[in-house]
Amino acid sequence: MSATSWAWLVLLFPLLGSVVTALGFRLLPGRTAGLVGTVAIALSFACGVALLVNLLGDPAESRHHASSLWDYASAAGLDIKLGIFVDPLSVFMVLVVSGVSTLIHLYSYSYMASDAGYNRFFSYLNFFVFSMLLLVLAGNFVILIVGWAFVGFASYALISFWYSRETATRAGMKAFVINVVGDVGLVLATILIFRELGSFDYGQVFATAPQHFQTNEWTVVAICLLLLVGAFAKSAQLPLHTWLPDAMEGPTPVSALIHAATMVTAGVYLIARTHVLFDLAPTAADIAAFTGLATLLVAGSIALVVTDLKRVIAYSTMSQIGYMVIGVSIGAYSAGLFHLMTHAFFKALLFMAAGSIIAAMANRQDIDRMSGFGRAMPFTAVTLIIGSLALAGFPGTSGFFSKDEILSFASDRGGIYTILAVGGYLGALITAIYSFRLVFRILPGEPCPEARHLIETGHVVHAEPVNPATEEPEDTGIGFPGPEHHIAEQAGGMRIAMSVLAALALVGGVVQIPGVDDVIGKFLEPSFANSPLAAIHPSTSDEWFGLGIGSIVSVSGIFVAYLLYVARPGSTAVLIERLRPLHSFLFNKWYFDEAIDILVVRPVLAVGSFANRTFERLVVDGIVNGTVDLVRGAGGIVRTVQSGFVRSYALLLVSGFAGLALYFLVTSS
Amino acid sequence: MAAEWYLVLSALLFAVGAVGVLIRRSLIVILLCLELMLNAGNLALVAFSRMLGDQDGQVFALIVMVVAACEVVIGLGLIVALYRRRLPLDVDDLRELRG
Repeated sequence: MSATSWAWLVLLFPLLGSVVTALGFRLLPGRTAGLVGTVAIALSFACGVALLVNLLGDPAESRHHASSLWDYASAAGLDIKLGIFVDPLSVFMVLVVSGVSTLIHLYSYSYMASDAGYNRFFSYLNFFVFSMLLLVLAGNFVILIVGWAFVGFASYALISFWYSRETATRAGMKAFVINVVGDVGLVLATILIFRELGSFDYGQVFATAPQHFQTNEWTVVAICLLLLVGAFAKSAQLPLHTWLPDAMEGPTPVSALIHAATMVTAGVYLIARTHVLFDLAPTAADIAAFTGLATLLVAGSIALVVTDLKRVIAYSTMSQIGYMVIGVSIGAYSAGLFHLMTHAFFKALLFMAAGSIIAAMANRQDIDRMSGFGRAMPFTAVTLIIGSLALAGFPGTSGFFSKDEILSFASDRGGIYTILAVGGYLGALITAIYSFRLVFRILPGEPCPEARHLIETGHVVHAEPVNPATEEPEDTGIGFPGPEHHIAEQAGGMRIAMSVLAALALVGGVVQIPGVDDVIGKFLEPSFANSPLAAIHPSTSDEWFGLGIGSIVSVSGIFVAYLLYVARPGSTAVLIERLRPLHSFLFNKWYFDEAIDILVVRPVLAVGSFANRTFERLVVDGIVNGTVDLVRGAGGIVRTVQSGFVRSYALLLVSGFAGLALYFLVTSS
Repeated sequence: MAAEWYLVLSALLFAVGAVGVLIRRSLIVILLCLELMLNAGNLALVAFSRMLGDQDGQVFALIVMVVAACEVVIGLGLIVALYRRRLPLDVDDLRELRG
């Protein structure tokens, strides 16, 4: 079979899984839906592997294939096909997305078992995977937008999955609205591209763009900035990031899959995919890189003080995506995508461990309540430590190699890009501190009541279900927090998924050791061969120097966390007391929500209510009510004829006919 | 004999029927007058058919009779239904549908 046939199969299985679980939601007994969903994604991953093998059979320079099923839209000057584009970049994304999705489906199979919306959950989840694969396989900008909007919807549906929880529905709406802002940017960029280059097709656009545009011409900069609006909204970069922490209202597997491993990296993929345009607009690329740096520092600083377990990991996701954005914006394409892959491993693992702990806490997420889980849940504790080590970039783990590859590339380019490298290492220090803040606060120490209950009885605590954000009691009729909680120690599916990810998070970095091997870089090379930045390669000694700095930073960050949270417990309280204004500034997330509220929401509302008072009430209502009055008046006159007397109707009829007859008699003679 | 006399008779019958519909209040009489008007039309059709030597008018007359029969069935059915429900058969009292 040809490469594109495998690619179509990759898309087919998640779609089938979604449709089957959706239509059969009353028929599928027990956990069948979970099985169907998981197998569908696993088959998709298998086809992805076949696709990879097939593609590697081609010579390196011809590893790109386009295929289309039918015309999607065909009109004057428009020729849009339902087409896919297969090249190393899209195959790489397909493998990461479907591979991590398979494991997270396996995890959800156990984790969501007592949820009343089990079948709905898997239908949404499969639909999400289909949309994400469509996004990365799209062969033109229109199909890209379709996939882009589909994942936005899937994200909304899954954040609001527990729909009777008000905070969850609000978070879903917020995510959807901010994502639509990004969609608008992407659509406008696409329109500009079509106006300039006359095509939506990737191949044609990227082939003609270098001849058509001057470097830094305003049109190409505008296109890139609009693309960045889309990318930043999807990837939760400043200032469009506020939806991601709130998205943690969704079930934990959703946070692992959509809001850590796959969907939020779509922006990184978009920048890498359109790198031809960004090469022509270095200004836009620099803006992207420095926004990434700002995001990684801001998000990291917030993660130091937030006490909600899932929100800490969410801010760390934003911060890690900042690294990826820096990577693909400065030309370190394979390094950025390598970090995307390792981040998918260790961040999904961290969320899975967090989900297990949250289940053991009877759905509480506040880390102030947690302690002593090291003894209560040894397996989860080990995975949490592995995930945190990789996140902190501990020497030898996957995050160590991927993060430092980006930063050494930045320092190799020199000039203003050195700022990126310095800021990146500062971010790495913060990352190490907050990731081990989680470890040191949750795992050691005197077990909290929930952990002690688990140790003594071997059963998970059952508490009255409450909303973890507001502490309000809520009903269990919509499912989880349902009657049963599932932790990794007691559920096989969760344990398998977490073991595989833990192994990948630990040793996933060996594919890309400087001076030893360069698997990802070699594989992705054909996709980025046309970039002038592709020729830049930091020397092996520089890279090892960077790795050295990285290990020092990481280990010292972990040491600082050890001092603060283990050696001298209570020192954080002293710090908070001394730096009260700074703490409340960080605790309120740099007041971004409030700033957006004042700068955007309130003015829009004011304009809206002004328009309501003047235009709506006077003009629109005037026209509508005037029409109503006119019709009512005319009706009142006509009504009097409807007397109900049959004989008067007959008289009208006869006299009418007589009148007509007379008229014709007169005119004919 | 010329066709005019038939037409005059037809016009007279029609006028009698129309006036009957307009001035009588009993449902049954109104139905009878309607039949009278239809048959006046039939007479005119047959007269023209004879005058022009064309069979189409007679066919039309037959169709009108069929329609008239249907109409009588419905009309009498209505009258029986009204009678059964003890409603008046005076059309001036039956004015529920006034606007």
